[in-house]
Amino acid sequence: MNDTSDTPAQAAFNVEAIRHDFPILARSVNDHPLVYLDSAASSQKPLAVLDAERQYYRTSHANIHRGVYVLSEEATAAYEQAHEQVGDFIHADWDEVIFTKNTTESLNLLAYAWGLSNLQAGDEIVTTVLEHHSNMVPWQQIARRTGATVRYIRVDPQGHLDMEQAAALIGPRVKMVSVAHVSNVLGTINPVDELGRMAHAVGALICVDGAQSIPHMSVDVQALDCDFFAFSGHKMLGPTGIGGLYGKRQLLERMEPFLFGGDMISEVTLEGSSWNDLPWKFEAGTPPIAQGIGLAAAVQYLQNLGMEAVHAYEHSLVSYALEQLRQVHDIEIYGPDADARGGVVAFNLPDMHPHDIASILDQQGVAIRGGHHCAMPLMRSLGVNGTCRASFYVYNTVDEVDTLVEALGETRRILRR
Amino acid sequence: MSFDMYQENILDHYENPYHRGTLADPTLEHRDLNPLCGDEVRIQAHIDEQNHLTEAYFDGEGCVISLAAASMLMEEVEGKTLEEIKAMDRQDMLDLLGISLTTMRVKCAMLPLRTLEKAIHLYEAK
Repeated sequence: MNDTSDTPAQAAFNVEAIRHDFPILARSVNDHPLVYLDSAASSQKPLAVLDAERQYYRTSHANIHRGVYVLSEEATAAYEQAHEQVGDFIHADWDEVIFTKNTTESLNLLAYAWGLSNLQAGDEIVTTVLEHHSNMVPWQQIARRTGATVRYIRVDPQGHLDMEQAAALIGPRVKMVSVAHVSNVLGTINPVDELGRMAHAVGALICVDGAQSIPHMSVDVQALDCDFFAFSGHKMLGPTGIGGLYGKRQLLERMEPFLFGGDMISEVTLEGSSWNDLPWKFEAGTPPIAQGIGLAAAVQYLQNLGMEAVHAYEHSLVSYALEQLRQVHDIEIYGPDADARGGVVAFNLPDMHPHDIASILDQQGVAIRGGHHCAMPLMRSLGVNGTCRASFYVYNTVDEVDTLVEALGETRRILRR
Repeated sequence: MSFDMYQENILDHYENPYHRGTLADPTLEHRDLNPLCGDEVRIQAHIDEQNHLTEAYFDGEGCVISLAAASMLMEEVEGKTLEEIKAMDRQDMLDLLGISLTTMRVKCAMLPLRTLEKAIHLYEAK
């Protein structure tokens, strides 16, 4: 099925060497080699990340910021260095990067800490129909508490945001525009820089949900001129339990904390407290130290590959996947052409439920997602209950795309369609 | 290669379901969702004075497993008392299907029974 002439991006990328760095890829599932096509939900982890966490626990673990002994100082230095590594990765200062649990917590932190003290009745928040629930539900809740209104930019049938409607929606009442950088279903790369200019022109702020962009392309928060940028570690080769929120320094300094407790204070008296410096003001309690160190190792791994090369390789994979999947009889593929999308392909086959397809693919060792992908409003706008979704990362190959396509043929046979 | 989940009788129920449709003036009725996937099942039934379920119909959107389970359940519960139906559990439903399911797919299989049991509770609470 696949002709053996690799594209330049495939030739430049040593995917076999990369696969050796991911021990899980050697396992089999239901007596078939694992074909993992669900990295948009969570990526696998390279040895470098596993080793960094293990090494930390074996040699340097102690709580940070309080002990004056060697272990605590080593742990503190490593955890602070992790902020630097991530800040460097997105072109931010280290103390503008707040470590959180994941994108969801980052967006909740922002919605609560910024929203509750900056929104009032009559204000508007603009987001889009294609958001993951995590960039929709927190804003709906904050709107209910403050009397603000949430408005949604539509998506056209090709999966692009309706930018004319966006221009009409982003008016003087708008205080926050919060948009996914890349759709977790359609893969659409949204014009967040243009939306940022629209937001700033009316005095609003822009928050970019980068959960699906930071693993796959170079992100420069300065160039994007975004006010906030939220992301998860586990989708970018890092551990679970770690994510981040970038914010412009002057905005973070003006924001009240989200969680209160230890390590986030400067001074506590019986009458009240004052807050620690950035980023600790937003990192109450003992933070995810090992996970932060693991995330730094993941960032280093991606930096070694080079994000331009990562993006080019994934683009070549998703182009090939679209080409092959389009040849599957009666398939419906959602979202834009390869040039405007990240490494995600959502599709449906007629009269076959995504869960049945995903179950039968699993029997053949192929892991994809079936369902609404935490984007129920987008499903409604597409007129479906759910879709299948295959998503790709640095360790996937064109052969795995072929396996997927063959397994879909087998699925059709088993379901007698 | 084994595809236990998609045996012939399961697919037969999916393709030619028993009592898929709408019932006029149902005594009990409930619609429920599988939050995992957004699938939806509605169950309607008539019952007689002795609390026997005389007739049940389902409709909805769903996968092979949930719709085959609904079809089999409609057959199974006809003539049973409400007490007997309320006593049915997960194992009864899996026995009815006669296949082994992964944990996540058990939720699909259980949607029709959970919906029917909820309909009975709502009816009894009236």
